[in-house]
Amino acid sequence: MTETRTQKQVKGFVGDDKPSWDDYARCVHCGLCLNHCPTYRLWGMEADSPRGRIRQMLLVDRGELELGDGFVTHIDRCLDCRACETACPSGVEYGKLVEFTRAQIEQQHPRGLFSRLARDAFFRYLLPHPRSIDLAARLTKIYQRSGLAAFARATGILKLLGLDERERLMPRIDDRFFFSELGKTFPAQGPRRARVAFFAGCIAQVTFTKLNEATIRVLTANGCEVVVPDGQLCCGALALHAGVRDVARELARNNLEAFLRESFDAVVTNAAGCGSTLKEYPQLFQEGDAEYPKAIAFQAKMRDVTEFLADLGLAAPLKELPLRVTYQDSCHLAHGQRIREAPRKLICAVPGVELVEMFRSDDCCGSAGIYNVTETAASMEILEEKMRYAMATKAPVIVTANPGCLLQLRAGAAMHGTKQEVLHVVELLDRTLAS
Amino acid sequence: MDPNIIRELQEFLGKQSVLSAREDLMMYEYDGSIEVARPDVVVFPRTTQDVVRIVQLANRHQVPITGRGAGTGLSGGALARQGGILIVFSRMNKIIEIDLDNQGAVVQPGVVNLDITRAVEQAGYFFAPDPSSQKSCTIGGNVAENAGGPHTLLYGITTNHVTGLEVVLPSGEVLRVGGKTMDTPGYDLTGLLVGSEGTLAIVTEVTVKLTRLPEATKTLLAIYETVDDATETVAEITARAITPAACEFMDGWTLRVVEAWVHAGYPLDSAAVLLIEVDGLRESVEAQAAEIIDVCKLNHAREVRVAKDAKERDLLWKGRKNAFGAVGRVSPSYYVQDGVIPRTKLPATLRKIDAIGKKYGFEIGNIFHAGDGNLHPIILFDPRDHGQYERAVAAAGEIMAHCIVVGGSITGEHGVGFEKSELMPLMFTEADLEAMLRVRHAMNPAGLLNPGKIFPFGKGCGEVRVKPFPVTSSTPL
Ligand SMILES: Cc1cc2nc3c(=O)[nH]c(=O)nc-3n(C[C@H](O)[C@H](O)[C@H](O)COP(=O)(O)OP(=O)(O)OC[C@H]3O[C@@H](n4cnc5c(N)ncnc54)[C@H](O)[C@@H]3O)c2cc1C
Ligand code: SF4
Ligand code: SF4
Repeated sequence: MTETRTQKQVKGFVGDDKPSWDDYARCVHCGLCLNHCPTYRLWGMEADSPRGRIRQMLLVDRGELELGDGFVTHIDRCLDCRACETACPSGVEYGKLVEFTRAQIEQQHPRGLFSRLARDAFFRYLLPHPRSIDLAARLTKIYQRSGLAAFARATGILKLLGLDERERLMPRIDDRFFFSELGKTFPAQGPRRARVAFFAGCIAQVTFTKLNEATIRVLTANGCEVVVPDGQLCCGALALHAGVRDVARELARNNLEAFLRESFDAVVTNAAGCGSTLKEYPQLFQEGDAEYPKAIAFQAKMRDVTEFLADLGLAAPLKELPLRVTYQDSCHLAHGQRIREAPRKLICAVPGVELVEMFRSDDCCGSAGIYNVTETAASMEILEEKMRYAMATKAPVIVTANPGCLLQLRAGAAMHGTKQEVLHVVELLDRTLAS
Repeated sequence: MDPNIIRELQEFLGKQSVLSAREDLMMYEYDGSIEVARPDVVVFPRTTQDVVRIVQLANRHQVPITGRGAGTGLSGGALARQGGILIVFSRMNKIIEIDLDNQGAVVQPGVVNLDITRAVEQAGYFFAPDPSSQKSCTIGGNVAENAGGPHTLLYGITTNHVTGLEVVLPSGEVLRVGGKTMDTPGYDLTGLLVGSEGTLAIVTEVTVKLTRLPEATKTLLAIYETVDDATETVAEITARAITPAACEFMDGWTLRVVEAWVHAGYPLDSAAVLLIEVDGLRESVEAQAAEIIDVCKLNHAREVRVAKDAKERDLLWKGRKNAFGAVGRVSPSYYVQDGVIPRTKLPATLRKIDAIGKKYGFEIGNIFHAGDGNLHPIILFDPRDHGQYERAVAAAGEIMAHCIVVGGSITGEHGVGFEKSELMPLMFTEADLEAMLRVRHAMNPAGLLNPGKIFPFGKGCGEVRVKPFPVTSSTPL
């Protein structure tokens, strides 16, 4: 039983992009995070808990555990929802740890050919390139609109390929894309209270055009001049969460240039997942790097749209909307950015709206970036519980703060027949704008 | 471990519920304490019947069995000190029945403490034992350790809130003890089993008592310039026979660490605070609070704050309940003690702890359930620095010895476990220990259940003799 040190020595973490002792040793293995971790609650296994994952990082770093399939599986299964960070009294920055760990896996762990090709295609050749996104979106649109999708579903091909649930989670491609708005400025209505830059997202530009437009309407209605800087690219969050740090870093460099060219009161996003990464750009660079001070300056400007609006205060008159709603905390807003009050404040600002809290509203819905595609079974189990609690509120509308959560919850409402509508906070506000 | 045992376990539990690979077992060699010991196989039962079969199998092959809830224990109780089978209850986590009419609930052992309260608070009830780890620890672990918490002062410890148990004996026999009422005829076996640290039986079902939420609650934060003034206040509250629902002490060092996380408004420049709560009927709460404020002022409290709403109250408690964990912000490792002393000895004991810290060169934080004299000195050390671990253990030993000298005990609520088993002879005579061993022998004759715990090593008759797992001093977790 005492073979730990004599086992074959594995090399541990290498290079700069690795979890540091100072970060993981903050974990005092108290276990207070366990019951907040969706994967621990699902399987009840220490290896799939925050404490267990941190322990594995430490063991790998010390060369006592192989950076092999087992380790990779447990790290892959982590949602990176960061609920453990909220629960942890010791200040463990788990998100940072898991991102660095995934960077190590990316560098050191050989994945199968198919997996490698798929990852490269997605993280390296699709997300960073608006033109590729545009092309892929057009192709997907043909699939979705031509009857091919209906055909695939009807014939059961999707089921055969094990893709039927994933297909349900696939966003519907918009008729119009948001790309055409890049470079435009939208004037404030009434006296200008602030001038902000809008971060438009990557895939969101072909799937959430309406949400982006609603965000601009709500901001301008509240006295903001909204600029959509040209040259902006994907924030890099998905690449970062997958450990593809070089791509994330390159995207960050680009975005720092695009958003710091002019001076704004704030840079605003409607995607909590992007916002969390954008705010953490400094982590992608070393303190001596030329980009570091820029990343710090950018971080100071970065705001989630709910955070920004709640601080600014709503000026636009709102119509009465008698409606019972419940709010699902988006992980990267509640846990990643520690923002819980702002969206609730905005929801409650709508006259007539009654907010009913959902049990475990700050537990992940299972969307978690592309987790619902990579770990579909686990994601669906998590979603099932979420929909049960959502239904128990008897609210016809679920409000949330991130496009990924919108997709997941919409799929959940459909799959479980809850008949609930799912809206982003700004979509709710947009609906009640008096003008 | 005999591969046949693993195969048999897999046959009736399924492959998903049996772990035996080295890398999987490494995930169960630690808990909330600083000890380390690795099991040979880990199993996840879902039903009492599963447990029976596991135990029968272990019995047949004469291998040790250890239970584990959430692994938040601070005395190494859930570590398989002599290897063998570790039974993890994380998947036996269903609330079986809630019976509000009789103020009771029946739960599986893996149910998280706070989840019981969450399930009944809407109806106006709560589960009173509130260990600071309540958001994670399980009822099975609470029963085994007879866990307490800040509100123990008024409400009592786990044993006062557990009325019945279903347990599996080492023979594989299922036994039901107690029931839904507080007192049942015959020996109080429930009382015997609660606090037995998993050495007498494996718990498979717990019947708990639910308590009505108090009509009113008032939370006070008394702030002091000196540690002595705070401890004198506690002594005087006791002397006046006032029983608050909770009375918690935190020294200035600890509250500065905690405040960095919780932002509850703990005063950063004070030497100590007392977090005092009174609850009950509205009128009596007002009167009690007024009297306590008087006592605080008499003992030179700089200020006594009253939490103005539930939110402020929750924040103050959040700080207190997460205090151990928050220590991780400033130190890579800590060693929490669990001594109990007569409350009148508080001022002198704190001075003694301070001196011991200085002698060994450690920062020692103090945070404790002052109301019942249950101290939790936290020794901060860096395991990377050679020898610090050994010195921390030595310092802890001196603190514990002092607790015994002043008429106290070596554990208030965290249990003896593996960590303090060697200290038992300091507290008990040979005859005392023999009496306890006879009880253990009656229920756990072959010593298969949680061996190496409570009793000093080599003391257990019929103990499975395997060499003890050496504690690695390099474990930085
Ligand atoms: C930050 C922190 C704060 C804490 N605060 C407190 C506090 O205020 N008060 C307090 O009393 N404790 C406290 N503890 C200690 C610990 O949380 C308690 O002892 C708790 O009861 C352990 O529960 P667990 O589920 O984690 O049990 P584990 O640690 O997994 O196990 C504890 C013991 O229970 C046995 N066991 C578990 N399940 C079973 C079962 N079904 N049948 C038989 N035996 C079983 C194990 O064998 C072991 O001996 C704290 C711990 C931490 C880390
Ligand atoms: S709560 Fe924090 S310190 Fe405690 S085990 Fe979890 S990550 Fe580690
Ligand atoms: S990020 Fe989420 S899934 Fe991952 S360990 Fe933390 S709580 Fe669990």
